[in-house]
Amino acid sequence: MRTLFGPLWQQPLVTTMVALSVLGVGMIYSAGVLEVSSSVTQGLWMRQAVFLGVSIVGLLIVSRIPLRWFQWAALPAYVLGVGVLGVTLFAGTGVGTAEGISSFLSVGGFRFQPAEAAKITTALALAALLAKREEPPTYLRDILTPAALVGLPLVLVLLQPDLGTALAFVGIFFAVIFWAGTPWPLILFAASPGLGLILAFSLRVWAIYIVLLAVGLYLYRFRLYLVESVSVVLTNVAAGAIAQPLWNSLAGYQRNRLLVFLDPELDPRNAGWQLIQSKVAVGSGGLFGKGFTMGTQKRLAFLPEQHTDFIFSVVGEEFGFVGTSVFLILFGYLFFRMIGMAETAGHSFAGLFIFGILGIWLTHVFINVGMTVGVVPVTGIPLPFISYGGSFLLMSWLAAGAVVAVATDES
Amino acid sequence: MTLLSPPRARSLAVRARVGVFALLGVLVAVLFRAQVLRSSDWLLRSQSNRLKTLTVPAPRGVIRDRVGRVLADNVPGYSVSIVPDRPDSMISTLRRMREHLEIDDARLEELSARARSGPPRPLLVSVDAPFDAVAALEERRSIFPRLLIESRPKRRYPAGEVGAHTIGYVGEINEAEVEAREHEGAEPGWIVGRSGVEAQYEATLQGKPGTRYVEVNAEGRIVGPFAGVRSVTEEPGTDIRLSLDLTLMEWIHHIFPDGMNGSVVALDVETGGVLALYSAPAFDPNVFAGVVDPAEWNRLVRDPESPLYHRAVMGKYPPGSPWKLATAAIALELGVVTPTERMPVSCRGSYDFGNRTYRCWKEEGHGSLTLAAAIQHSCNVYFYQLGVQIGLKRLLEVGTRMGFGARCGIDLPQETGGNFPEGFGYWERRYGYEPREGEALNLAIGQGPNDQTPLKMAQFLVAIARDGSAPAPLLYLTPNGAANGADWGLDISREHLEHIREGMRRVTRQGGTAYRSSLEHFDLLGKTGTAQSGGDRPNHAWFTGMAGPYGAAPEIVVVALVEFGGSGSEVAAPLVAKTADFYLRGVHGIPRDTIQTLGEHEIAGRGTAWARRAER
Repeated sequence: MRTLFGPLWQQPLVTTMVALSVLGVGMIYSAGVLEVSSSVTQGLWMRQAVFLGVSIVGLLIVSRIPLRWFQWAALPAYVLGVGVLGVTLFAGTGVGTAEGISSFLSVGGFRFQPAEAAKITTALALAALLAKREEPPTYLRDILTPAALVGLPLVLVLLQPDLGTALAFVGIFFAVIFWAGTPWPLILFAASPGLGLILAFSLRVWAIYIVLLAVGLYLYRFRLYLVESVSVVLTNVAAGAIAQPLWNSLAGYQRNRLLVFLDPELDPRNAGWQLIQSKVAVGSGGLFGKGFTMGTQKRLAFLPEQHTDFIFSVVGEEFGFVGTSVFLILFGYLFFRMIGMAETAGHSFAGLFIFGILGIWLTHVFINVGMTVGVVPVTGIPLPFISYGGSFLLMSWLAAGAVVAVATDES
Repeated sequence: MTLLSPPRARSLAVRARVGVFALLGVLVAVLFRAQVLRSSDWLLRSQSNRLKTLTVPAPRGVIRDRVGRVLADNVPGYSVSIVPDRPDSMISTLRRMREHLEIDDARLEELSARARSGPPRPLLVSVDAPFDAVAALEERRSIFPRLLIESRPKRRYPAGEVGAHTIGYVGEINEAEVEAREHEGAEPGWIVGRSGVEAQYEATLQGKPGTRYVEVNAEGRIVGPFAGVRSVTEEPGTDIRLSLDLTLMEWIHHIFPDGMNGSVVALDVETGGVLALYSAPAFDPNVFAGVVDPAEWNRLVRDPESPLYHRAVMGKYPPGSPWKLATAAIALELGVVTPTERMPVSCRGSYDFGNRTYRCWKEEGHGSLTLAAAIQHSCNVYFYQLGVQIGLKRLLEVGTRMGFGARCGIDLPQETGGNFPEGFGYWERRYGYEPREGEALNLAIGQGPNDQTPLKMAQFLVAIARDGSAPAPLLYLTPNGAANGADWGLDISREHLEHIREGMRRVTRQGGTAYRSSLEHFDLLGKTGTAQSGGDRPNHAWFTGMAGPYGAAPEIVVVALVEFGGSGSEVAAPLVAKTADFYLRGVHGIPRDTIQTLGEHEIAGRGTAWARRAER
């Protein structure tokens, strides 16, 4: 029996989210404390706080929706999400540093990123699709439809072009097919074209990889149709072949970001700047940090995008290793809770959907934190609950509402 | 209807937890490495990031003349630079600045190129911005946030053209010089001596720039002093005093024939110090104090009259008749002749040697002459025979020892040595044959392969005026005014030297070629010269002279050379006379006058009785 707040506040998931979001508002406040007069970042924390209030109300509402409704709504919502993404490609605008990217849509003076909603609707649709199965996928063709379902919005986002968000769709796909019980060799084969694409930059490495892949397929031959094995090899060869043209088709800044990831000093003024400054800020934080709002790199405006994509650098500089560890422990706890909820959920759809959302957040956290310390290329992807951004915060909370709703539905 | 059985779900959940743990674990490990293990490196980096070292230029040492008149000093100036940023926005800032600060198209192109390709260091737009431009830019700080305006001393040359070649000028150090570390601790933007005394005494004049440590934000704007780091105060360069007499140089500039090129050198007989070093045409060194306008630079470099060329120490001219004094000195040192001895062949207008006839300038001839008379009349036939008696080999040996093929050693970077054959090898190298003995005849009268700078001729005259020895002429005035050590000496008795001087004295006496240049208060001794310049142009006019009170030792040596000036006695001699007179009147407390020479007295209708009295 549900009351308005009672059981919900007993959900460790929600309390963890509140903790992260409040810390996030605090970090956005700190990001606005600068030696440089800037109208952009000051006072943003108040807007974020207002959005947090709205988000909590949204969670309260969504968490009451019965599981069946989500299942019914999954396909229409997915179609709508993909449709809006298509419109965004033509009518979208850029914002801030992502000026050249058409990822935002303005409706009546309100700007939002359709991709944020599309991620959730895709997770819903994928969960609904796989929940219909009686048993886990055993053949590659079993995950062909799910792959196409995720592939469509992924390509649309990639065309914007927004590599970071596109990677979140990859996260959804693998997290969900994992929880659907797909055998791990199958998951590896599904991931292999992506791996092949990356390794194609060195012909020798790629050749070794293809041989290993063929050996793997041979060992797994009794579980696959011949045509599947052949197509895995063919897609890998194709991925290797398009690698160079694809690289050439990348925008200059994208190529720069990847190159700079390998060597930040390559372009210390432009693309490398963000990475170097972020590493300096995080590294100089030391064990305990320079204190709340006291980060010197941040105050003197060396940090780029310090209230959005690089907010974790502020955490690192001002709270040190202790602070970053606390943030990551909170995220870890959040993810563990979600896995637990999926495990005990009464319905396959619930577990699959929870893993879809887990896939999104895990990708965001790993890429965002990874890029602030230089283990992942800079891809411009926000940190859930922490980065400034109304629509992203709201969508995260609504998704969490849906997670609570499907997990607690015992019908 | 469930996809996963509870045990299967449990095992997948465990794997999922392991996966999440591993991913977050990687992040924690990387953060641990950056924030704990490597933290001190990054902390250092973060400090250097916001720490900006401001170089406070030290004012260059002031250069003064022998009485303390300023030749070069500093006035406040302003430099304008742009803090590194994206090249596009630096260039756009440059364009917008043009409204307030004059930047011509060529300079804009050059600066834009530097912004695009150069290393990320401040882009120096102007080292000498006018005050009103600086004020206008400072007022618009909000539009030009990345502008760095610093005050820096600017060089000033109050005397302008006078002494420009000798004092030299300064310029901004270039990238190559910074790389090459020619100047200790040099940084871009440094002002270094480029020529003349400014370059010669660079190390003394430069001083040590100070350093201020300030905290800057990402825009490069200074937030305040950097806590905990001490500033280093700048040390101004050391002032230097030169033996030059600025007033005398101004006088020379005033009297030098308009539109003519040439040089005047005045040396102090006692110390060998340089009193005046003048070269015409000149240039204004103040144009080099700021950013040099390429058009102005090209104009100076391409000017056919070569105004940047220091004729006194670089100009090499055939010495002509004044070199007969050197021939006489060499002959006396070697003892091949005595002053009262007459040559075997008396002058009948020419002299036969080998299978050639060598001419005297006076067709009807001079008759039989002693050394002093030969100097007075500049008799070629006398000196031809002197040359024969010395012999080519010894003439070259002693001439070379006296430094006619080398630099004088003046403290100026520009100085070049004269051309003088060091031995027979010279002809073999140049012409591929052994010189014939007849070369000695040409050399003896200052012709042949022999070119000298006005300074070298002056240094030689100092030796004649003294005891036969001459120190290197120096611009630097030693604090106690001590004489420089003698550089070389002739082994000639005082009595023999007096014979040479007597010959020179007669040049300005009645019947001498420079009689009209004789002076009322001072005894002028000299030797005129009219050296062939080659081609159809008029000859170079020489006068090498010395002067002092009547009946006393000479105190000043003055050498004048006027390119294509024609007659030495008409153009160069008055220049020397008036220079010596101006200086000596100052030294001996006699009121200065613009009517100085006998010729000027005659034209002005003033009394000339003193000229006959001086004959005694």
